[in-house]
Amino acid sequence: MTDFVDQIFIQAKQRLLLPLAHSPNWVVQIASSLVNIFALLAAFLTLFALISVLERKILGRMQNRYGPNRVGPFGLFQPVADGIKMLIKEDVVPARADKIVHFLAPILIAATAILALGVIPYGRNMTPFTIDGGILFFFAVGSTTELAVFMAGWGSNNKFSMLGAMRAIAQMFSYEIPLIITVLPVVMIVGSLTPDAIVAAQSGYSLGMVPHWFITTPWGAVGFILFFISGLVESNRTPFDVPEGESEIVAGHMTEYSGFKYATFFMAEYIGMFAISGLGVTLFLGGWHAPIRGLEVIPSYVWFFTKLSILLFVYIWIRGTLPRTRIDQIMNFAWKFMLPMAFTCILAAAVWHYAGRGLAAWFWSLGVIAAAYIALSILLDTRRKFAPRTYRFAE
Amino acid sequence: MNSAAFVVIAILTLAAAVAAATLQKLMHAALCFAVAFVGVAAFFFLLGAEFVGLVLVFVYIGAVAVLIVFTILLTRRDLEKDRSFNWSGVVIAIAVFGGLLWAICKTQMLSSSAPQIQPLTVKHIGAVLMTDYVWPLQCVGLLLTAALIGALVLVMEEKNSKSYRVE
Repeated sequence: MTDFVDQIFIQAKQRLLLPLAHSPNWVVQIASSLVNIFALLAAFLTLFALISVLERKILGRMQNRYGPNRVGPFGLFQPVADGIKMLIKEDVVPARADKIVHFLAPILIAATAILALGVIPYGRNMTPFTIDGGILFFFAVGSTTELAVFMAGWGSNNKFSMLGAMRAIAQMFSYEIPLIITVLPVVMIVGSLTPDAIVAAQSGYSLGMVPHWFITTPWGAVGFILFFISGLVESNRTPFDVPEGESEIVAGHMTEYSGFKYATFFMAEYIGMFAISGLGVTLFLGGWHAPIRGLEVIPSYVWFFTKLSILLFVYIWIRGTLPRTRIDQIMNFAWKFMLPMAFTCILAAAVWHYAGRGLAAWFWSLGVIAAAYIALSILLDTRRKFAPRTYRFAE
Repeated sequence: MNSAAFVVIAILTLAAAVAAATLQKLMHAALCFAVAFVGVAAFFFLLGAEFVGLVLVFVYIGAVAVLIVFTILLTRRDLEKDRSFNWSGVVIAIAVFGGLLWAICKTQMLSSSAPQIQPLTVKHIGAVLMTDYVWPLQCVGLLLTAALIGALVLVMEEKNSKSYRVE
């Protein structure tokens, strides 16, 4: 029974492909891919609609107000109203804009965000596309976003757009390095770039209740925090939302977009957030594994989406809590703190591995990280951080 | 199916490359250049070398293409008018093409059938990089670190230049 519920989507897909049993191999392959794509799009666009209304509700609760509550029960049909509004809005393209580039940018950004979703294991046997270097695929596709942001900024022919795009690219480049380096310890310990292998390596429990997720090791915990912060930056979320700081540069690279193109950008941003959170769940939070052995009766995909929802809630929580950081603070943080700590994670993971992966190894690894952290805090002299900003080319 | 995919990717790659060479606006040419990289990466995928294809996308579209567009943006004031035709460039291009063609035609391997090789997995590449090619890898690492430090030194604030302070 448990197995049946766990594999229900796999069974459904096989039923769906049954009429094609006698077709050539490539027809089955294409049909199978199409089923995967439709399932992915349906699941994540629904999640996008749900999160867009939940975010407003949660933010409303945090700011002691109601949030949307007019459309449907508890305002749950708000995304439908928003969608219709966005669809029938006028699509304004600036006269001096580069029409083709301006048009292609939102498509490229949405396509790459959705592609990145394809390699994440959502449950037992539920990886839409299994490729040898899945993690690398995720980042390769993600790195294309920078070009799309540039196209949006440059194609709009607007200085706010261009400035926003430059800010976005600067911070995305800077945080891509710690983001990828924090993934390396996981890849090192597992010995594979395939997400399925990484999830499989996190199965099992100590004492029946401590899961073997990488977040339970010192290097994994620090790596996860660094990964999460980098993920915040990559998805341009508060407190790192300088690229579209409304009070400074209108909406950054999205300034000249309206109607459905703006909605596409909005959607791409949320899908990117889902993708990076999903990768975080896969890498550090044990993927679709249950937290306690006794809870394994609950289907694997339920666990994955529970963990994903918790991460998304933290994203919204942070947005409701923290003010926007300055661009120079963001950059200093990336290069002076995040990068050395990410390198320390690699070292700590190696120490953990060669000390036998036991309790003693746990403390050795913690010692390496603590030493690096203390050394960094002394070197960086955190008291100086709150000095007034000095400008080089301006008064 | 593979040959059909090959033809589609080849047409796309060649069209993008021709567009990159002939388009009037430099920025469009640079973006077409990125499309050509996607095509080349797709070829690697078709050949089963996923790792190489992914690294190509990662490095050339994620970094080199962005570098190119920023170079154009920051160095050219007038993006559209600076398009002179350079005959020496044509001569060099034809010479390079002829040289490559000659080398390809001279190669013995083309006439013999392809040997059965194992698929190029990430694990295999990693093992080879860490054993047979560890010194070249370290040298490249050193070179890149030197380049990084060099870039930092170039943009570093001069100590004696007047810096403004906002109170």
